[in-house]
Amino acid sequence: MLHWAFDGLLGTGLLWLAWRALTTPDLFKAIVLFFSFGLLMALAWVRLNAPDVALAEAAIGAGLTGALLLAALARLDTSNQPANPVTGDGESDLVDH
Amino acid sequence: MSITNPATGKAFRWLVMLLLSAIGGWLAYVMLVLSRSPAGLGDQVAAQLNTTGVGNPVTAVLLNFRGYDTLLEMAVLLIALLGVWSLGGLADYQDTAPGPTLDTLSRVLAPMLIMVAAYLLWVGADAPGGAFQAGSVLGAAGVLLQLAGWRLGDCFSGMLLRVVLISGLGLFILVGAGLLLIGGAFLQYPPALAGGLILLIETAATLTIGATLAALFLGNRPGLGPKKADPEKTEPDHGNQHP
Repeated sequence: MLHWAFDGLLGTGLLWLAWRALTTPDLFKAIVLFFSFGLLMALAWVRLNAPDVALAEAAIGAGLTGALLLAALARLDTSNQPANPVTGDGESDLVDH
Repeated sequence: MSITNPATGKAFRWLVMLLLSAIGGWLAYVMLVLSRSPAGLGDQVAAQLNTTGVGNPVTAVLLNFRGYDTLLEMAVLLIALLGVWSLGGLADYQDTAPGPTLDTLSRVLAPMLIMVAAYLLWVGADAPGGAFQAGSVLGAAGVLLQLAGWRLGDCFSGMLLRVVLISGLGLFILVGAGLLLIGGAFLQYPPALAGGLILLIETAATLTIGATLAALFLGNRPGLGPKKADPEKTEPDHGNQHP
């Protein structure tokens, strides 16, 4: 019974986090949501009795991919600033696609 | 693609939604059909496990039965790094002095991460773990050190870094080719040597994956270093050196 509740919560949380990560307009927030998604996904792999995949997911999926995304975001900000110094026009462009 | 006309855009969205629902329904149907058939090659793997040289079925599949796949994964990682490097002209991170917390924490954490990586690599033969997990932990140590303001010294960032970056793939191919020479098939380890060979390949792969991920985070192609750089006096594990 407790297992079902936990798994249900985990599955719902995963779907919700995935939806939020895809739809949130703030890129930084999206990356943080992606981090959380990866961590919950690692938990889901543990629940599926796949500790190897869980380790890889936690280390690569949540940790390093997130770090790479953050690095890319930092580069986006610096490369956007000279192009359009006044408005944050470029950002809505990025979110839409 | 970009769609400018709003009416076309809406129709396009409906089309995408329809397609996605169709694919979703089809996948659900396939899953329902598949679940009836007995699944997996687990029994076959378990039956052959004692010839692989390792005790963990996942490592056995990744490095022995399907070693070719792992070889190609290493190649993909290398190509990804080359792709990032070929972009060129990325802005460097600003050299900000880290706060005392980050500074101290990184000095404590980095050696620990390296130890965890070594443990994961070693334990991967018999329990969950392995080269990719260990490599990504090593890469995380590299990312942490970079965030703390540490940079790879000039004498390491040239030829030595490149040797580490290709050593995983290179050693993998060399072992495979060597086995081909002594009369086996490509990457078909003799059972007596399998454990040692897999550990050798995984060690090189761990170093390569760690260095590749850290280099991906850095983004820029590190220079070839000063002219008088002497690659022989340096050691391969560049991740654990503080300035």
